[in-house]
Amino acid sequence: MSTGGSAFVNFIDVQKTYDGETLVVKNLNLAIQRGEFLTLLGPSGSGKTTTLMMLAGFEVPTHGRIELDGQAINNLAPHKRDIGMVFQNYALFPHMTVEENLAFPLSVRKLAKAEIEQKIDRALAMVQLSQMRKRRPAQLSGGQQQRVALARALVFDPKLVLMDEPLGALDKQLREHMQIEIKHIHQNLGVTVVYVTHDQGEALTMSDRVAVFSDGEIQQLASPADLYERPQNSFVAQFIGENNRLTGVVTELGNGHCSVRVGDVGEIRALPVKIGTSGQKTTLSLRPERVRINPAIGACANVFDARVEELIYMGDHTRARVHVLGSSNFIVKVPNSEGMPDLAPGSAIRIGWRPEDCRALDAF
Amino acid sequence: MALAETANFMTIDGVPLKKRLAQAERSRKLKAVGLVAPLFLFVVLTFLYPLAVMALKSVTNEETSGRLTRTGAALAGWDGQGIPDETGFAALAEDLKAAQQKREAGEIAKRINSEFSGAMSKFKGITRKVEAMETGPYKELFLSTDKVWSDPALWRVIKSVSSRYTPYYWLAALDLKQGQAGIERVPADQAVFIDVYTRTFWIAGVVTLFTLLLGFPVAHLLATQPARRANMLMILVMLPFWTSLLVRTTAWFVLLRTEGPLNDLAELLVDHRFEMIFTRFGTIVAMTHIQLPFTLLPIYSVMKTIPPSHVRAARSLGAGPFMAFWRVYFPQTVPGIAAGCLLTFILCLGYYITPALVGGPRDQMVSYYVAYYMNNIINFGQAAALGGVLLIITMVLYWLYNRLVGIDKMKLG
Ligand SMILES: Nc1ncnc2c1ncn2[C@@H]1O[C@H](COP(=O)(O)OP(=O)(O)OP(=O)(O)O)[C@@H](O)[C@H]1O
Ligand SMILES: [Mg+2]
Repeated sequence: MSTGGSAFVNFIDVQKTYDGETLVVKNLNLAIQRGEFLTLLGPSGSGKTTTLMMLAGFEVPTHGRIELDGQAINNLAPHKRDIGMVFQNYALFPHMTVEENLAFPLSVRKLAKAEIEQKIDRALAMVQLSQMRKRRPAQLSGGQQQRVALARALVFDPKLVLMDEPLGALDKQLREHMQIEIKHIHQNLGVTVVYVTHDQGEALTMSDRVAVFSDGEIQQLASPADLYERPQNSFVAQFIGENNRLTGVVTELGNGHCSVRVGDVGEIRALPVKIGTSGQKTTLSLRPERVRINPAIGACANVFDARVEELIYMGDHTRARVHVLGSSNFIVKVPNSEGMPDLAPGSAIRIGWRPEDCRALDAF
Repeated sequence: MALAETANFMTIDGVPLKKRLAQAERSRKLKAVGLVAPLFLFVVLTFLYPLAVMALKSVTNEETSGRLTRTGAALAGWDGQGIPDETGFAALAEDLKAAQQKREAGEIAKRINSEFSGAMSKFKGITRKVEAMETGPYKELFLSTDKVWSDPALWRVIKSVSSRYTPYYWLAALDLKQGQAGIERVPADQAVFIDVYTRTFWIAGVVTLFTLLLGFPVAHLLATQPARRANMLMILVMLPFWTSLLVRTTAWFVLLRTEGPLNDLAELLVDHRFEMIFTRFGTIVAMTHIQLPFTLLPIYSVMKTIPPSHVRAARSLGAGPFMAFWRVYFPQTVPGIAAGCLLTFILCLGYYITPALVGGPRDQMVSYYVAYYMNNIINFGQAAALGGVLLIITMVLYWLYNRLVGIDKMKLG
């Protein structure tokens, strides 16, 4: 993957260990394009912050090379990298006013006073905090502090902006609002952003591409739609969105389709994505909204008898937990639209899905 | 309508709300008072009361008031020029006789001697003579015994000490005295205390500075180490805290001696023994060692609260290591520095044992003189006035410090 060349940020064979025993980042190859909004998504402890810190210059890679704008930066001090950074706890300087916080990166660059003023004005207008310039961070709400941190990371026109769970401390509503705001700022400025989160919703709504991390490795690097629609392995399928999982053995493979035997209950036609040869184990992944209830005859290649176990009304849709193919944890999303089938717990139904919606992935 | 409104102010069982609230408040207040009372009493008995007593002593003529009442009355009309007439001499003679019977004449002589040197022996002499006489006239006797009795200055002293209150000790503590034309400086050869105060504040200031210079980097190290190592180092810092002050000072005494191990080493290395004991150097070294934890701990506890992300943020914003430290880290440690330094400075002002043991005669601080007047001279008034002046200067400094730094900005942890 280390094609590099035109990429703005390039991780080439990067490894990192803190204790010399375990690799926190294992052989990372990642190319980030100029102007891109790339998110590192993964469970806690998967090495996202470590990756970001190596890019910012606060951690040294144990092995490998990091390039920024065509230049190797392994040995470049953090303050010479020209990278803006937003920290999870904002890291605003408590002894300085909002204005002084924003002036800090400009004054250490020895900019002229007038220019500093002008840049601060622009940055504060961008995050709509022009009235708060004389306040101390402690006199601001969490959301306002977050915006100041954002403005401070952008005010000196950095080449690259890094954000480590910048919205982690905000409540849901504010978080969603700020997601959109950050996205707009990114679009307006055209700056390259590397964003870290473990909230998949956030990753999907904001990013151009998402790198899913697990155990120090990138599991999949793709656009949000690809990630959701076409997960490449069962970790990603499970981690992103809701997922029905069925385990079985491949019985037939070829012609762009495969057959998988689930227990001794049924044979499923599926799309082979990451499986070995016939006779090997596989995990089938199927999104709940792709399952149809009582499909028309001939509409789906996979049709099975099922029993409704539980119904949960969710407003725009109803979640039905059904018993099928020996599993009673199978979720079906039924949209609450006209012509919606009448379901009741305990009722027997038929469910079906198309082979291309059912992805045969690696055994978990 | 009106009914409904008043009903609003009643509890369900009909008692007015205000009354209920007052009852609840009262029992809460009583509880609070009860909790605070023991400590309050303790502070009053052990701190405020002795302070008041000593403050009173510092302005009272303890040795003479009540013993020179006749003299005081007789000299009330005297204008301080020339020598008083026979009534004045007679009154003094009667007072001396009365005092001698109660074996208190020496006290009077001692007190007057403190303001008029040489008066002690003259008083002894004259007391013996007047004792032998039944009646006057005394003036002749006084004047023929010694010509000092014709000195108006002596009589002015006698008049001033016969009153109940005196500014003498406070003035003396500032190297001032009451002269003929008002307050004046004492002769240069008797002026000691201004020097002592200057020395006290200078030593305290230097020690505070050294503890800061030595303690700040250590505090930073402690605050940034992993917890296990930080705890180990913290024990090393705290170790001196857990040994008695006297033991540590004695240890310094042994270390700094001319025949001590430090000088043994110096002789080995540079073939010279340095004079370290009974010097300012020794005093400052020992005091710095003892005060180090006091300066260090508040700084450390403030540093602990500064997230490492602040310096990182500064670095990512383009500040070099020094700039990040100076503009982002250091300002946040100021409340701790302020607290630690104030603590050390004020504690240093009261040092007694350490300078007494390892310092020379020119290194003694105010406390030494307080102790000297208390124990050697038995002059509580002078001791109290010296302590009082120190207290007032300290409070003025504290006030200045508050204006400059802001006590509310200070953090002890
Ligand atoms: N300074 C350090 N010293 C030793 N180990 C560390 C250090 N920082 C992180 N680690 C370890 O490295 C692993 C990855 O940590 P990292 O902070 O990169 O995870 P993360 O993906 O950011 O997780 P989170 O979502 O919880 O922030 C963890 O197992 C962590 O314990
Ligand atoms: Mg992290």
